[in-house]
Amino acid sequence: MTRAGRLRAGLLGVVVVGVLAVAAFLSSALTRPPTVAASPLVGRQAPNFRLAGLNGPPVKLSDLRGQVVVVNFWASWCAECRVEQPALDATWERFRNAGVVVVGVDFQDQSDDARQYLAELGSSYPVVRDADSSTALAYGLRGVPETFVVDPGGRVVDRVIGPVDAAALARRIGTVQAEAAR
Amino acid sequence: MSHVGEGGILLGLVLAVYGTAVAAVGARTARPALVDSARRCAYVLFAVALLVNAAMLVALLRNDFSVRYVAENSSVGTPAFYKVLALWAADDGSLLLWNLVLAGYVAAVALRFRRERPATFPYALSVLLGVQVFYLLVVSGPARPFATLAVVPPDGRGPSPLLQNHPLMAVHPPFLYLGFIGFTVPFAFGAAALLVGRAGVAWSAITRRWTLAVWCFLTVGLLLGALWSYSVLGWGGYWAWDPVENVALLPWLVATAFLHSSMLEQRRGIGRLWNVVLVISAFALMTFGTFLTRGNVLTSVHAFTESAVGPAYLLFLTVVLLGGFGLVAWRLPQLRADARLDSALSREGAFIGNNVLLLSATAIILLGTVLPMVVEATTGDQMTVGGPYFRNALAPVFLLLLLLVGTAPRLGWRSTDRARAMRRLRTPALSAALVMAGTAAAGLRQLEAVAGFGLAALVATANAQEIASGLAAGRRGGRAGVWTTLRRGRRHYAALTVHVGLAILAAGITASANLAHQSEVTLKAGQTTSFDGYRLRYEGIRTQSQPQRVVLTASVAVTKPGGAPGRPLRPRLNLYPAASEPIGSPSIQRGAVWDLYSSVVALQENGASATFRFYRNPGVNWLWLGGAVMVLGGLAAAWPGRPARQHPPRGADRQQERALAEGRSLAEVGSP
Repeated sequence: MTRAGRLRAGLLGVVVVGVLAVAAFLSSALTRPPTVAASPLVGRQAPNFRLAGLNGPPVKLSDLRGQVVVVNFWASWCAECRVEQPALDATWERFRNAGVVVVGVDFQDQSDDARQYLAELGSSYPVVRDADSSTALAYGLRGVPETFVVDPGGRVVDRVIGPVDAAALARRIGTVQAEAAR
Repeated sequence: MSHVGEGGILLGLVLAVYGTAVAAVGARTARPALVDSARRCAYVLFAVALLVNAAMLVALLRNDFSVRYVAENSSVGTPAFYKVLALWAADDGSLLLWNLVLAGYVAAVALRFRRERPATFPYALSVLLGVQVFYLLVVSGPARPFATLAVVPPDGRGPSPLLQNHPLMAVHPPFLYLGFIGFTVPFAFGAAALLVGRAGVAWSAITRRWTLAVWCFLTVGLLLGALWSYSVLGWGGYWAWDPVENVALLPWLVATAFLHSSMLEQRRGIGRLWNVVLVISAFALMTFGTFLTRGNVLTSVHAFTESAVGPAYLLFLTVVLLGGFGLVAWRLPQLRADARLDSALSREGAFIGNNVLLLSATAIILLGTVLPMVVEATTGDQMTVGGPYFRNALAPVFLLLLLLVGTAPRLGWRSTDRARAMRRLRTPALSAALVMAGTAAAGLRQLEAVAGFGLAALVATANAQEIASGLAAGRRGGRAGVWTTLRRGRRHYAALTVHVGLAILAAGITASANLAHQSEVTLKAGQTTSFDGYRLRYEGIRTQSQPQRVVLTASVAVTKPGGAPGRPLRPRLNLYPAASEPIGSPSIQRGAVWDLYSSVVALQENGASATFRFYRNPGVNWLWLGGAVMVLGGLAAAWPGRPARQHPPRGADRQQERALAEGRSLAEVGSP
């Protein structure tokens, strides 16, 4: 190989190795689930609430101590909420007898629209109304849908921005319950 | 509408793939008919991109909530103006506009070179269409703007409240897109120059005007972003060193470096390879920015569910880096510099200094932006790199840069005799010294601020003096003489004007970064506070219901330092149904030097008391003024038309090529 040829091969090697290293590093940034968002609430006591039910009795969060609570903020005008509704229903059906409660919190909504939405989609878990948005403020809500997972001790363990995924939610519930059992 | 949109995207994809292939084959086999076919393909592609965007616009205006994007970003109650804006208010839709702008650039390149055919053109066209293939793939797979909903909601969510809070949002993104996407053109010609080898030497001269236009667009986009941040977000500042802002600034810095170093290539044949590296870097940084902001890497307010977008951008970035720098490495043995630097105290020396400093600034900002990601990937800890890092690390770099901009225009090309240089720099140095002494005497103690004002004066004086001396020489020929001077030396005077704009901008940044005052105070209705000599009394709130929001306006009576009544301040809080937190609108009284800026942070007990932030910001308007002057100068340089070339003389490109073929040094032909 000529001198120029060796130089060329060496440089090409450096470029390929360098670029692949950068790509490998950047791809590691992608593996973090993008919808799990940082929140100062994670690891702290979940803000308590007592809210009137939309389709049943009122719900007080502190009464649910000892169970995993999935607090889902939604609204009837929110398109992505419709997308995630089947995942929430599936989670409720699967875990309702296994120490898990799903609570829907209706946010900035007309109650009639909300009831119509629930009837249309056939949700059966408890749904409450956050009439003055004080609960949304306490949770630092940025928009809907947004979901918080609360462990049996009443601490927030996860904040999910955007639609939840049934499989990911089930996995998370599993780890939270395993940790609580220890 | 979703069928029209998706069909159009598919058709565009077929056209782009075909065009990429025939342009490349046409280039390799030297068959102009194939290249012409690719050119026509570019025109049709532009028409198709228009159609696709029109389809989304119609869906938005007709409230077609079966289209998921419309349901998520518009609503029945959204005013028509904001429905149009919704086209680029969120990720998926803005990619349609992105494709349209790119197709526009490709069509413009095809039109510009319909007769004149530089050797680089066919390959450049192929690269441009290849980039278009990628962006069309993004909207047909990972992100699908025309995806439909199985259950059609009765109403949509409406645009993000922050975006519908101010009309500046209408123009800021399109200008940024024009700037970002425009880098594809110099990138394509740079890559083409590497592909064709020696025949491609003239590429940077060919794309110079394009790069200037793109630089102007990006400058406007950045300024509008800063103006939006200042006028809407209510935190009293215009630049927060947020990753999204940083990645927009990175390609701007590299493009500025390229605009200077490409002059070295055109005049002296220095740094040909370096310039290719710069355009590839600018394009790669732009792609990196897209990956970072759109690829779900940063946790954002509305993270998207389609996780395939991130890997797609990463793959594209890898291809760009491998292809670009791989080509550079491939050609490196053939593209060694042929000219030597004669003296450090010359225009060339200053241009090299300019590149070193601009790239240092790029590296500092890139490091600060990427470091949190590195730390999180390696240790799992979350960290943020804040304003102090950027300020402390960048201040010396930018001050040195001002020193260069304030001296280089007074230096000659090639070597400058030292005594002559000193003589020509006397007036600018004197004005800088006067300003520094004046500001220090007025009680300014921060060294950084004193230096900033002094160097801004240096830049303004040196560049204004250079313009004035040129005009004075022309005046000897009467009014026509002045006009001829301006016309002949248009690019030169345009560049000097940009520098004067930079001086104004730098003075504004120095003033606002060092001399601002602020205070946060909670006032009961009727209560008065004093701030920086002003007396401010909170008079209560007023509530207005508008179709899409509720507006709470706080009224603050102002008494000026002398006791005279001033115009009242009316900062607002806007409540949007889709946002849990109210979104503020600051109230700003703009002045020639000082702005009085107020925003409401919170209201207690229905407005019985309110928490305000008050700011006194100096020099913020100089920023907009200086930026506008820079853009005007840039436009004057980029404007079509044939300014009489000073040198290299007519035919220099051909001369250069011949010289290269004969193995002579470019310095022999490039210099007068």
